Amino acid sequence: MSDTAPQYTTVFASLENFEKGGVDVINDDPKNYVFSNVFEVASHAKPYEKIAVAKNMQYVLEAIRAEGTSEWRATPHDEFALVLDGEVTIELFDPDETLVDPEASGSVAVDGDPAGKPMGQVVAGQGHMTMLPAGRCYRFTSDRPSVILLQTIDGPDTQHRWADICLS
Amino acid sequence: MTDTATLTSVSEPNEHGYRSFQLGGFTFDRDEHFVHIEWPTGRHVTPVEDFLKALMRDIAWNFFYGTVNFDSVIGTVNHYGNVDLFAGRFNDAYRKAELDHMENFDHDVIMGAFKDMLSDWTNDGFDPFAAPQETGSPYGVKHGDNEAAITRTRVTAQRMVGLPGDEKIRTDETHPINRMFADVDQSEPTIEVEPGYENDVASFNLFAYLSRSDVTWNPSIVSVCKESLYCPTTEEFILPIIHGNDRVEWFLQLSDEITWRVEDRETGAPRATVVMKAGDVAAMPADIRHQGYSSKRSMLLVWENGSAELPDLIATGQAPTVPVTW
Repeated sequence: MSDTAPQYTTVFASLENFEKGGVDVINDDPKNYVFSNVFEVASHAKPYEKIAVAKNMQYVLEAIRAEGTSEWRATPHDEFALVLDGEVTIELFDPDETLVDPEASGSVAVDGDPAGKPMGQVVAGQGHMTMLPAGRCYRFTSDRPSVILLQTIDGPDTQHRWADICLS
Repeated sequence: MTDTATLTSVSEPNEHGYRSFQLGGFTFDRDEHFVHIEWPTGRHVTPVEDFLKALMRDIAWNFFYGTVNFDSVIGTVNHYGNVDLFAGRFNDAYRKAELDHMENFDHDVIMGAFKDMLSDWTNDGFDPFAAPQETGSPYGVKHGDNEAAITRTRVTAQRMVGLPGDEKIRTDETHPINRMFADVDQSEPTIEVEPGYENDVASFNLFAYLSRSDVTWNPSIVSVCKESLYCPTTEEFILPIIHGNDRVEWFLQLSDEITWRVEDRETGAPRATVVMKAGDVAAMPADIRHQGYSSKRSMLLVWENGSAELPDLIATGQAPTVPVTW
């Protein structure tokens, strides 16, 4: 018997290296599990498409392929961006005027550059979670394809492609 | 089911040193190895290790969302203010034999009794929150206690972990890195904040935060978007309860792999096995119950909709049991 403590390798996935599990049905419909893989979804996405991978009533989780620089977006409520692969710079901006109805759901695109004050920025790598605060603007920049999981509410630009992304 | 029961009592220690507890028509006794449960129409015996791990989660999660099955016979149903304690209610054979039994208790009554039971029955050195290789034994005659382990509170961030005044990030001083996550990158994001925006520009390393979790199978809130709650958790070995959903619940596997056994919520009949690897996303419908198996400690993002209206909407058919159809 070895006295050496075992060494463990934690498996995180990425755009270039992911492996899907699946659903073994006994007495059910596999569609009930709405099963997909974030990296597979992002690998087929255009930059900054907001593709829902989970939905619970009005709330969604969106898979976003970050590549290049996004448009500015204004959010009426807090959102949270979790980088699952790569590195993303997140700029935050305090607009001079209200750019989105505070009662609305989901973020909206801003025409051009907003007027106002810069709040700061975050350079986020794999596993880093960043708050996108209510009433403010943000944009993403990434030098190489990266993946963001966005905690938000179903909005005007959320895309639903369940038949394309899920096991059935 | 009887009306709200209030009768609770506690005995003097038995020959093994443990007190016995009565909750309405239910009695709970433990010996060196087992917990013995009796109700007016039946009895049940279960290993004390399994029972204490399940009891710990039921208490820590405040009876959670829906049904917490300790095993195929015993469990609780949360009605958010009052709680059903049942035997055989979600077991097809017990139901058909009419041996099932259920009583309803005020939340504080059953919570108080459960906490007293956990406190009395947890011996020195046993941590019911820990993975099997990280704790001592629960067995034997009564010897000491472990109040520090069983009174840990579940993290419930109000907006996001790391914000001023909210839940703090974990450090070497408070939470050493777990042995199975020694290779997880601990670097924090680079944050530049303009003056006056210190409360709104915030980011933290969620993976590093999870690598320092000292508990297993304990979803804790790290971010809040209205009623949308991120409840990540670290998982090793077997989920000590079988969770019966009263709403749709979502899982996103952040690292490694978990296998889920999925059964019908009412009968326990097998429905599916779901294997989730890093990056996989899956819904748990509102009419199932599930139990997870994780060989290596893994990171799981549990995503909940905390709306108080959902259980009734689903129970009355006004909301579907599956989140999406196509």
